[in-house]
Amino acid sequence: MARPILMPQVGQDLTEGKVVAIKVKVGDKVKKGDIVAEVESEKATFDVEAFETGTIIDIRYKVGDNATVLQPLMMVGDEGEVASAAVQAAAPPAAAAAPASPPVTHATMNAPATAAAVTSLHADAGSGRSSPLARRLAREAGLDIRQIPGSGPGGSVVMKDVEAFRQSAAATATVLNFAGAARAQPPGDDQVLKLFAEGSYDLVPHDGMRKTIARRLSESKQTIPHFYVSVDVTLDQLLALRERLNTQAPKDADGKPAWKISVNDFVIKAMAMALAKVPDANVSWTENAMVKHRHADIGVAVSIPGGLITPIVRKAETKGLAQISAEMKDYARRAKDRKLKPEEYSGGSAAISNMGMLNVKSFGAIVNPPHASILAVGSGEERAVVRAGQVVVVQQMTITLSTDHRCIDGALGAEFINAIKGYLEEPGLMLV
Amino acid sequence: MTREIMYRDALREAIDEEMAANPLVFIIGEGIAERGGSYKVTEGLLGKYGPKRVRDTPIAEAGMIGVGVGAAIAGARPIVEILYVDFAMLGMDMLVNQAAKFRLMTGGNGRVPFIMRTQGGTGGGVAAQHSQSLEAMFYHVPGLKVVIPSQPADAKGLLKYALRQQDPVIFLEHKHLYMTKGPVPEGELVIEFGKADIKRPGKDVTIIAWSNMVPRALEAAAKLAEEGIEAEVLDPRTLVPLDKEAILASVAKTNRVVIVQEAVRRGGVASDICSIIQEEAFYSLDAPVEIVAGLNIPVPFNLELEKASVPQVPDIIAAARRTLHLQPRALAAQ
Repeated sequence: MARPILMPQVGQDLTEGKVVAIKVKVGDKVKKGDIVAEVESEKATFDVEAFETGTIIDIRYKVGDNATVLQPLMMVGDEGEVASAAVQAAAPPAAAAAPASPPVTHATMNAPATAAAVTSLHADAGSGRSSPLARRLAREAGLDIRQIPGSGPGGSVVMKDVEAFRQSAAATATVLNFAGAARAQPPGDDQVLKLFAEGSYDLVPHDGMRKTIARRLSESKQTIPHFYVSVDVTLDQLLALRERLNTQAPKDADGKPAWKISVNDFVIKAMAMALAKVPDANVSWTENAMVKHRHADIGVAVSIPGGLITPIVRKAETKGLAQISAEMKDYARRAKDRKLKPEEYSGGSAAISNMGMLNVKSFGAIVNPPHASILAVGSGEERAVVRAGQVVVVQQMTITLSTDHRCIDGALGAEFINAIKGYLEEPGLMLV
Repeated sequence: MTREIMYRDALREAIDEEMAANPLVFIIGEGIAERGGSYKVTEGLLGKYGPKRVRDTPIAEAGMIGVGVGAAIAGARPIVEILYVDFAMLGMDMLVNQAAKFRLMTGGNGRVPFIMRTQGGTGGGVAAQHSQSLEAMFYHVPGLKVVIPSQPADAKGLLKYALRQQDPVIFLEHKHLYMTKGPVPEGELVIEFGKADIKRPGKDVTIIAWSNMVPRALEAAAKLAEEGIEAEVLDPRTLVPLDKEAILASVAKTNRVVIVQEAVRRGGVASDICSIIQEEAFYSLDAPVEIVAGLNIPVPFNLELEKASVPQVPDIIAAARRTLHLQPRALAAQ
């Protein structure tokens, strides 16, 4: 009997993922654990494994297609079997072909995938259907049910969707909208394209990461009241210390030093120490309560081809520079291969976006919730400054803190950024 | 003190205690006296109360039910044991046209404190004429009370209550339950009609079940708990009167409902409970009410086919998961 290998659910709000490789063809024998395809979702790629032994009798997608999560990617049957009409016909509401449990496939990163699968088997927004309870809850909360993405059968809105929507920042925007504030609707694709002469451009379809970046940052800018504070940081002591530390790094048999600490590693440590010193800034916003974090989990934006990703250095205030440096190197390497696990880029209370190596003076970054702040780091350079009436030349960079004003007010933002500045200008303070 | 005793022993205790307390109580049925009953419910009663109050009858259900209804109208408290609910159909005129109507047609002056004890349900391959669950037949008729206990304590308490109230009672036991054990408190135990019992509390989905579907619902709930789903199992215990308030309160809490009946789906009690829920708790529902019921067929003789014709634990689990949107509806009960 034909059984499906499902497109895994690898991200919480993901409804589809791109097929980046298919490693089998119809007629191939597979056994449990064989990698049959590679799919890309949000910010990572995943191997899809066969969960039982059989022969591939049907492949539903080709490389480059977007596959809907938890729908069959391909069918496994007995040798010589053809995909039955019933199974074929099941493709659109593929539920019919899906096994009760367990699914015939699982992503290599099984733990989060399984959890996500349980929460949104039918993720498919916009059917316009909703459960009676969801309608009542939405009405009582003053929400427009049509604005709420549904996770129930056929994309219908069910209770937990309303609850989630109420919690999310998006609810704030909708409520504002009801209050009469106009909300800009982005122009449709056709409206944009007709501004350009036909044949004057190429269209590159968005991948999962691009869509995620677009959605999350739009949400952030529309729902989080940002404000920005900037300071100049004098780097001479930090650079001198960095030089000494790196020179003294012990070398292994191949002559490879045990560490090579970057300015960015200092910034991570300084931001973590500053959060410990100014705990009121170590927060996340929820509608009902301020989430006050006990540790400083720092997200660090890593630019990768086609986008960026923000892995989290956990409890960074407790870690030494060498450890932070090693973790970042590992994150950066795996981020480029899109092999980070969702739990490695989820959470965190503050983030760093460092464009120091890209020759910029300063910039303001966009807060990436659940973070309440993000530190934008500009390039270090020699600057002429006045000290005690004399013009002197020092190494400086400009850092700009963007904060979510719902959790961090101006004075607190100033205190926080000056704490960071203090640790960067006198790194020895991080020892005491 | 509470003991663990069998369902059939609990029934016997109820009859014994009420016969001792009230000389108007008597019991008739096929093989109930000398033989002690096919399910041993009446074992020992003949020796204790004598052949006038514990009496064997010929195989003549219409006559037996007629005798019982008439005796009740005349002021006695008869219990008529019908070996299989299937055969109660022979007495439908006495039940439906006489016993159920008498109180209304006499302006409330005539009462019919008549009890028909019988058993139904599948189990053991006894085929189409000995396996039916016919509660809906009686549920449909105003004037009859329908009692359908799932556990020994309920069986005892409800039968004792039946023997003290004034209206005709259809007391439906289950052939699979007679040998099941459960805690029954020592001493007096009387359970009023119309009071549902929460057999297992939960918050995620309400499973409404009665008779032999209660142990299956409890088994399903235990399995669901392993995946973090807390199912509430509600046993109405009496279908008429039905504890609507308890059902609505549970639905308001869980927002999701599975109704399980062994009887065939068509025209069943589950459908009626479902209609009450959609009418009175529509805006509490987060998913369509699921009914898990017997197939609309005569129960097959073959044991495997018999099993396939009535709800099993995996069917209940699947339905519960559907109400939680964890499983597509297309995968209806296998």
